Amino acid sequence: MQHYISLFIKAVFIENMALAFFLGMCTFLAVSRQVKTAVGLGVAVIVVQTITVPVNNLMYQYLLNEGALSWAGLENVDLRFLGLISYIGVIAAIVQILEMFLDRFFPPLYNALGIFLPLITVNCAILGGSLFMVERDYNLAESVVYGLGSGFGWALAIAALAGIREKLKYSDVPDGLKGLGITFITVGLMALGFMAFSGIQL
Amino acid sequence: MAEKSKDILLGPIFVNNPIALQILGICSALAVTSKLSTTITMCVAVIFVIALSNFSVSLIRNYIPNSIRIIAQMAIIASLVILVDQILKAFMFTVSKELSVFVGLIITNCIVMGRAEAFAMQNGPVASLFDGIGNGLGYSAVLLFVGFIRELFGGGKLYDQQILPLATENGWYVPNGLMFLPPSAFFIIGLFIWLLRSWKKDQVEHEG
Repeated sequence: MQHYISLFIKAVFIENMALAFFLGMCTFLAVSRQVKTAVGLGVAVIVVQTITVPVNNLMYQYLLNEGALSWAGLENVDLRFLGLISYIGVIAAIVQILEMFLDRFFPPLYNALGIFLPLITVNCAILGGSLFMVERDYNLAESVVYGLGSGFGWALAIAALAGIREKLKYSDVPDGLKGLGITFITVGLMALGFMAFSGIQL
Repeated sequence: MAEKSKDILLGPIFVNNPIALQILGICSALAVTSKLSTTITMCVAVIFVIALSNFSVSLIRNYIPNSIRIIAQMAIIASLVILVDQILKAFMFTVSKELSVFVGLIITNCIVMGRAEAFAMQNGPVASLFDGIGNGLGYSAVLLFVGFIRELFGGGKLYDQQILPLATENGWYVPNGLMFLPPSAFFIIGLFIWLLRSWKKDQVEHEG
């Protein structure tokens, strides 16, 4: 149990997707003007990440990895070169299914997430989560925890940035730095803060 | 036509830079820039993918039904990225290890998707090819600038060659460790945008 808790803490804080690996930066910077929309996107990322990482893990273990097809009698097949296209396919399909499912059964949630769901397909944090999972050889349980943790960490970071940006409206920023420039500097300072976690050994 | 191709090719470098102005493709811009050698590999890979994906999307743009165009573009881009990934693994294994997941993440690099969607779907193959190369160069310009500063001040090196003699080896330069840490990339890009916008005043955002 403790192993999973450490993995979760590590994924949220020490290896924060946004602030330590810079994944999902495009949406991170573009959709962080308001706390409300930022939280909506954050929740969507947590949900999608928690589903796609384990599904891609199953696919890697039973279809793509070297010798993974032995259950079908094909011991010598190595399909790892198809990895990238399969993961992105799975992500796109799951986002689409989730969208239809939410629309049918949870209309309020669907309306709240709105345009963010399709955006998530091209969010690097989602594909990055799956690629890290493969690189680090997580098993199914670990990948569920990692998916949840990394999604949660990303959501936390974007909510925090949106909070800072809302306050930033009242400050006097030099012309050339307005908008994108000052946001970069802010994110840099936040990343410095998160680096304080990097010495923690779990 | 010659004049127009030149505009398409050179415009994205300063006037309409994909990173500084359009907020596209930042994810990988930050993580691969701690050394020039990885930066240059990444730039070449992105230029290759974006030029060819623009070209191929533009070739078949009249045959793709509108409702499945995203998936079609994604399949083209993913195939090109797999090609790059396999080439890197075969011929430049150490660099490919250093870039780790970031080669794969070119798929979700918004520049590639964004240009396919915004330019290649409306324009002919040759113009799209130039647009792809131009945007790739614009992306590379920012990356090289950041990589240059980070490696020079972080370790006194350029492309793994010692330029500034280090204080620990009887030289005079005390390396700035911050430059090797992730946050420095944010500061440098922020300052780069400031520099660019002080020069090209019309890019300043006023609503904040």
